[in-house]
Amino acid sequence: MKTAHRGGGPRRRPRVLRALPLTPAVLVMLAFLAGPIGYCVYLAFTDLQLTGQAESSFVGFDNFLDAFGDEDFLNAVWLTLVFTVLSSLIGQNTLGLGLALLMQRASKAVRTLTGGIVITAWVLPEVVAGFLLYAFFKRDGTLNAVLDWLHLPTQNWLFALPILAVSFANVWRGTAFSMLVYSAALNEIPKEIVESAQMDGAGGLRRLWHITLPMIRRSIGTNLMLNTLQTLSVFGLIWVMTRGGPGNDSQTLPLYMYEQAFQNSMIGYATAVALLLLVVGSLFSVVYMRLLRTEI
Amino acid sequence: MRPTAPLLVATVLVAGTALTACGSDSGSDPDVVKVSYKQSMDNSVKVMDTYLGEMTKQFEKANPGKKVKLVPIKAPDSEYYTKLQQMLRSSKTAPDLVYEDTFLINSDITSGYLKPLDPYLNKWKEWPNFIDTAKAAAKGEDGKTYGVPDGTDTRGLWFSKALFKKAGLPEDWQPKNWDEVLDAARTIKEKVPGVTPLNVYTGKPAGEAATMQGFQMLLYGTEGVSTGADTDPLYDAKSKKWVQGGQGFKDALKFVETVYKEKLGPDVEDALDPNFGTTVRGSLLPKEKLAINLDGSWLPQDWQEGAGHEWPTWSKELGLAAMPTQNGQAPGKVSMSGGWTWSIPSKAANPDLAFKFIETMQTKANAQKWYIANSGISVREDVAKDPAYVKAQPGIKFFTDLVATTHYRPAFPAYPKVSVAIQEAMEGVTTGDASVDDAAKGYDEELESATNGEVIKK
Repeated sequence: MKTAHRGGGPRRRPRVLRALPLTPAVLVMLAFLAGPIGYCVYLAFTDLQLTGQAESSFVGFDNFLDAFGDEDFLNAVWLTLVFTVLSSLIGQNTLGLGLALLMQRASKAVRTLTGGIVITAWVLPEVVAGFLLYAFFKRDGTLNAVLDWLHLPTQNWLFALPILAVSFANVWRGTAFSMLVYSAALNEIPKEIVESAQMDGAGGLRRLWHITLPMIRRSIGTNLMLNTLQTLSVFGLIWVMTRGGPGNDSQTLPLYMYEQAFQNSMIGYATAVALLLLVVGSLFSVVYMRLLRTEI
Repeated sequence: MRPTAPLLVATVLVAGTALTACGSDSGSDPDVVKVSYKQSMDNSVKVMDTYLGEMTKQFEKANPGKKVKLVPIKAPDSEYYTKLQQMLRSSKTAPDLVYEDTFLINSDITSGYLKPLDPYLNKWKEWPNFIDTAKAAAKGEDGKTYGVPDGTDTRGLWFSKALFKKAGLPEDWQPKNWDEVLDAARTIKEKVPGVTPLNVYTGKPAGEAATMQGFQMLLYGTEGVSTGADTDPLYDAKSKKWVQGGQGFKDALKFVETVYKEKLGPDVEDALDPNFGTTVRGSLLPKEKLAINLDGSWLPQDWQEGAGHEWPTWSKELGLAAMPTQNGQAPGKVSMSGGWTWSIPSKAANPDLAFKFIETMQTKANAQKWYIANSGISVREDVAKDPAYVKAQPGIKFFTDLVATTHYRPAFPAYPKVSVAIQEAMEGVTTGDASVDDAAKGYDEELESATNGEVIKK
């Protein structure tokens, strides 16, 4: 602010000029980012179909009303919440923090090894991860082979507990990200504060609760938000492992959307569902932003 | 990695893709006819690829300077249509000739994706050889014809003679009603443990196979349905409305429920595997792991020489029986028919050339070659009469004879959604999640929304 005042009038014009080089970028953004989003919003209010219809027409809020009247949609919303809470909030987040904390104390060799393994899971393409975990959970897969060897009861996990299986898969795949975020955050905590707390006789748990967690609060917020948004849009992993089945037992919103758009050909309706998914994402984001704001 | 690095990588990738997209030529060459068809998911099955390759050679020889470009779409059934429909929407991607299942063709006609072929057909000397029902298979509600069928199919019961022998059942088995089918399966379950007694396709993963090979083979054999279009249990032609599930619908669901509840069918988990059909043809039947299979006439195409799962002796090892009606009422047996047609997209760049390619494929000799290659049932009188066709393959006569008592689906635009509603009802009773009544009720509700309320209530 101050510099602008000091510069006075003459500096104003160059400022406009300085914005000029940005114009192409802004135009490209409008065309390729805002354009499709705007088109999607428009589509959500039409009854456009992939086939079976000569002309589409404007139907107002019908698609949204239909969605809330459709049991399969409500089922998908519920499963999406279960999937997100289980795999993102509880799984990736907690496990990532735990790993980061443990790695602070581990020797360099252990740190490199653990980091390597966890990050490998993260860099694998979603579809490859899906196949790996499909092979792990399927009826004659690795998990059952191990259980069998231990003389424990086996079952077809993908059939009996599909939403748990895909949630586990997402934890397996996404924990590395949280671990990296938390490792970075933990390194930022000044050593003196931890040491003085130690001097005052605070034990491990106390230090975690009263010092570490409050100090990395912002990272927790950011991490939760990124994780949640990423988890809400997971498609390939579930598609490869269960295709949303058996029945609709692991059909989260993205899979429901796919089915409506490309199997039932209802493009307009599916776009409306996509917008609703966006709403779910924003709700989560708002909650996390609140968490963040109290700190700043 | 610095935090900006992924951003840079992403930017470069996006820019790269955008540039390639701009650079590639989407224009069309007037001398090239692009032909899209469904390639088998099973890599070893090359029946169609081989046939089209041969047709391409013939066509290019007869039309010097013209070229055929085959554009195979490799996808499971349900995704094939999605990919195709997306291609048909734009003139940049629309091929010149497409292979369409008759169950979706009306939907695509309504969308305006296809070109009426009447101007070509009127001048084409081979067209009168096609039987009338087949000519109607690709007719739009406007009375125009949008496709040239390349065969049809019928459905029946395939059974393993060896397993029947072990169970003490006759090798010339022909059940007279549903109970006899179930009883045979029960006998096998008891006498030959370790094999699947009876396969009826079911549930959403099986897609249209569940609806047509499974459910409709039952439904069209219930009381009150006779051969002929006016007694369609799904659709009322007079009022142009869909019919809610009545007693026949529930009876058919009950049959499916019985099969899976009594464990006469495959493991539910296997039955709901999207690739179960491939398993049935490729391993269960040839390895004597499945006793009775309710399936289509095209199975032997997987067992021919060069098809990947060669099984030259299948006709000695498998028996064929017509699917009986529910209580053995007239006409005693039931079959469903579908088939595929060659159609020209409305946005095709070279429609004339595309029709020329159809003409090449539909000379009598080539048509006959195709029927034999894909175990298709002829829709041409001249081929059907040809002794070479009748003798070409065991089973062809059996399945061609079923044409007399066959039914066609009400393949109107809402049909694909109705089909999914049927699959959901089947899946409910298969897994035991829903009772027959609940599943039928669920179907009625789905039907209401799938057809915008154009429903006759029962």
